[in-house]
Amino acid sequence: MVDSSNSQDPLIGTNIQRSNQQVLRLEQRNDDIENIEIKLLLEGVYLHYGFDFRHYAPASIKRRIWHCVREEKLNSISALQERLLYNSACMERFLLILSINVTALFRDVGFYRVFREKIVPRLRTYPFIRIWHAGCSSGEEVYSLAILLQEEGLYDRVRLYATDMNEVILARARDGIYPLEKMMAYEKNYRSAGGKKALTDYYTAQYGRAIFHGNLKKNIVWSQHNLVTDGSFNEFHVILCRNVLIYFDQSLQERVHKLLYNSLITFGMLGLGQMESIRFSPCEANYGAIDSLEKWYSKIR
Amino acid sequence: MKFIGIGTSLGGTQALKTLLPLLPPGLPAAIALVFHRAPETNDTLPNFLEQHSRMPVEEARDKTPIRAGRLYFAPADYHLLVEGDHFALSTEAEVSYARPSIDVLFESAAEVYGKEMLGIILTGAGRDGAEGCVAIKRAGGVTVAQTPVTAVCRSMPEAALANDAIDIALDVEHIVPFLVRWQYSKGSAG
Ligand SMILES: C[S@@+](CC[C@H](N)C(=O)[O-])C[C@H]1O[C@@H](n2cnc3c(N)ncnc32)[C@H](O)[C@@H]1O
Repeated sequence: MVDSSNSQDPLIGTNIQRSNQQVLRLEQRNDDIENIEIKLLLEGVYLHYGFDFRHYAPASIKRRIWHCVREEKLNSISALQERLLYNSACMERFLLILSINVTALFRDVGFYRVFREKIVPRLRTYPFIRIWHAGCSSGEEVYSLAILLQEEGLYDRVRLYATDMNEVILARARDGIYPLEKMMAYEKNYRSAGGKKALTDYYTAQYGRAIFHGNLKKNIVWSQHNLVTDGSFNEFHVILCRNVLIYFDQSLQERVHKLLYNSLITFGMLGLGQMESIRFSPCEANYGAIDSLEKWYSKIR
Repeated sequence: MKFIGIGTSLGGTQALKTLLPLLPPGLPAAIALVFHRAPETNDTLPNFLEQHSRMPVEEARDKTPIRAGRLYFAPADYHLLVEGDHFALSTEAEVSYARPSIDVLFESAAEVYGKEMLGIILTGAGRDGAEGCVAIKRAGGVTVAQTPVTAVCRSMPEAALANDAIDIALDVEHIVPFLVRWQYSKGSAG
């Protein structure tokens, strides 16, 4: 380390470079082995449990795998592979770590505002409406939409299909119970998203938890569904698939985009995550933008 | 040098106001910035960067291709990762109490760029980036920290220095001249 805060002319560290090159050769060899271990582990998990992570985005899957290695107090990916194959409880923990479940009520308020302003008017023309939340995690997104649909007087015509690959997280979603302290921030989101009442009107507070009312849940169908290995199961007027595709590599994104496309009725509407886009997907030409900033699209052909 | 990562939080606007205008638009490296900030609906960072950078500025999206001569920044509330020839995003839990996290960017970029990477830690609260700098060093890259005494908040550069993961500490105005000379002193290396 050279502290040159006082000198005019910082040294160019040629000596730094030399020592690094030796380290580099070793590291590269380790990197190759690491990638082989990851491949083997994902292949094993797929063959034994049927969960296919082989085409997930590599940088983040590697982070998650190492996270799991540390949580299991192991030293290598190979050791994790062995435990995973022989111990299904370990597989359950692995699944929880891999399915990044971060979500919120009215996450990205603009998205919900556009839903209210531009999607709802289109939905009014249908006598019965099917909505699919693909990758719903712990359900916050589903309850957000249910609240909005109630306020717009559409809820009784709607069936919300909420699916995720992860059973454990889906059970939490079905319960609809969330920490009360989070509701303060959510109340703010709800208001900015154009909420017409108060969020407190929709849940009962008890023992530090917020429990959503049964009448919000009555038209929600919760079910396990894996976007990689399961097919289309209905035709929908609206599909939300938010912050799920970012975890897939390009080839898998293309496949899942086709699945979503095939699950939409003509003029059906697709809502993606804030940082996702229909651009560069093989289906791009089949969609028109309803609001490209808030990632709402409609199937036009 | 093909990839330059910059991490900052508290006091970052001041430091970037000095650093960004000095970056030559023809620099043959891609630059990625992680700036800790609240996930507000009105993110003021894009405008700020546009104002002060002579390089084209772009918010990194899912699978955005990485191109030299551009300044990318991590979207609020998403981790930014380097993956082969493009960026990737993730909403996994905070790392070092931050999302986006400097550690996440530096670690993933170090793996791809190895000795062709330079990491810069500017003023900031917390210790995000300290682990990322270790990863850069291990992969053969170069790391720079803002001299802590000149930082609005010295804990971030200090944490990286304490990790023994910083090659050189510089005042903000000396960082760009340093990296430019580094780039050209090595001729066509890489
Ligand atoms: C970050 S959460 C997104 C939650 C919500 N849609 C949102 O945007 O707030 C990602 C969810 O995708 C689910 N997921 C990941 N891979 C999946 C797959 N192959 N099929 C179905 N769900 C998947 C995870 O279990 C996780 O709950």
